[in-house]
Amino acid sequence: MEKNVTLIALFAALIAALGLIPKIDLFFGVPITAQSLGIMLCGTILGAKRGALAVLLFLLLVAIGLPLLAGGRGGLGVFASPTVGFLIGFPIAAFVTGLITEKWRTGPVWLSAGVAAVVGGIIVLYGFGIPGMAIMLDKTLVESTALVTAFIPGDVIKAALAGMLTAALVKVRPASVLSRAEA
Amino acid sequence: MISLTSPIETRAHGWPAGLKLAGLCVVTIVLFQMQSLWFHLAAFATTLTLYALPGQSFLRAGLRALKVLWPFVVLVGIYHLIIRSPVDGLVIILRMLTAVGLANLVTMTTRLSDMIAVVRWLATPLRALGLRTEYLETAIALVIRFTPVLLAKGTHLTEAWRARSARRPGWRIILPFTVLALDDADHISDALRARGGFDAMKES
Repeated sequence: MEKNVTLIALFAALIAALGLIPKIDLFFGVPITAQSLGIMLCGTILGAKRGALAVLLFLLLVAIGLPLLAGGRGGLGVFASPTVGFLIGFPIAAFVTGLITEKWRTGPVWLSAGVAAVVGGIIVLYGFGIPGMAIMLDKTLVESTALVTAFIPGDVIKAALAGMLTAALVKVRPASVLSRAEA
Repeated sequence: MISLTSPIETRAHGWPAGLKLAGLCVVTIVLFQMQSLWFHLAAFATTLTLYALPGQSFLRAGLRALKVLWPFVVLVGIYHLIIRSPVDGLVIILRMLTAVGLANLVTMTTRLSDMIAVVRWLATPLRALGLRTEYLETAIALVIRFTPVLLAKGTHLTEAWRARSARRPGWRIILPFTVLALDDADHISDALRARGGFDAMKES
């Protein structure tokens, strides 16, 4: 039990740290924050349940006033802002990502973790983020989709990275990848 | 780890946190029911007055926190000018600024310890069901303690990269970063267990 609690807490801290370290070049010299990559890694590494709990813990700390979101944002205001749908989608995205990584074991790890990150971290996440924005800004779903499409290519790269990083971790520390550990 | 609570003591710092949170819920629901421009102008003006009451530096800190919304203000503004319904656009923008502003106001005037007390109170029904909420409380403390630790380790990793490469640190540092977090989790769980683990917390 101690191990589960510390893993969940440390991954919540990892999501925060990924959003706060000086921006890193993920691709072609475009500096983007790695926070949503952290959400995907929670799912692909910790699995569905622990991954979702780590993200929920992260959000709880943001809500009670810690500046843990990318760029040092936090507090209750972010839950009243137009991007609230993405925050609500975060834990569900991690859960779906973890579930797919756990269940699909026939292919190579990079493929199943990468596809899991696309389905959870992009399709599911935007599935919450877009309606959230539509409600907060009083726009149609099509209009709010148009607002966020610019971010999708970056997220596809992050999903591919999540797949590769998980496969690399399986190679160096197989026991740490709990989504693939034998139950 | 510094929370977003304002260091400037206001009268609202002393109010019960649960009451402020419940009030915020009610006001936000009302904000989203109202469509009248005058109502939203008045609500926004009231919010600004609340920010201005504790003094100038408090007001400035509050406005700085609202600045992140500017892309939405610009986009919604331009869109509604194009479709020629500026009043609707103004209502949406004011409602967004007031809702976020009031929520930030609660965060700025509530101490972290008071917020954690509310979380503990909200978890009461879980305890009644026999679930142990010490896990949650330990986890909150661990994240607060270890976010700056991981942040420092991540910064060291990027500096180590910079010392050896002309290129900027890339995604490659995320793997060792993740391994560092996994190692820390191992060490902390060993340390907790060595001190009796969660069973030792039962008595206290």
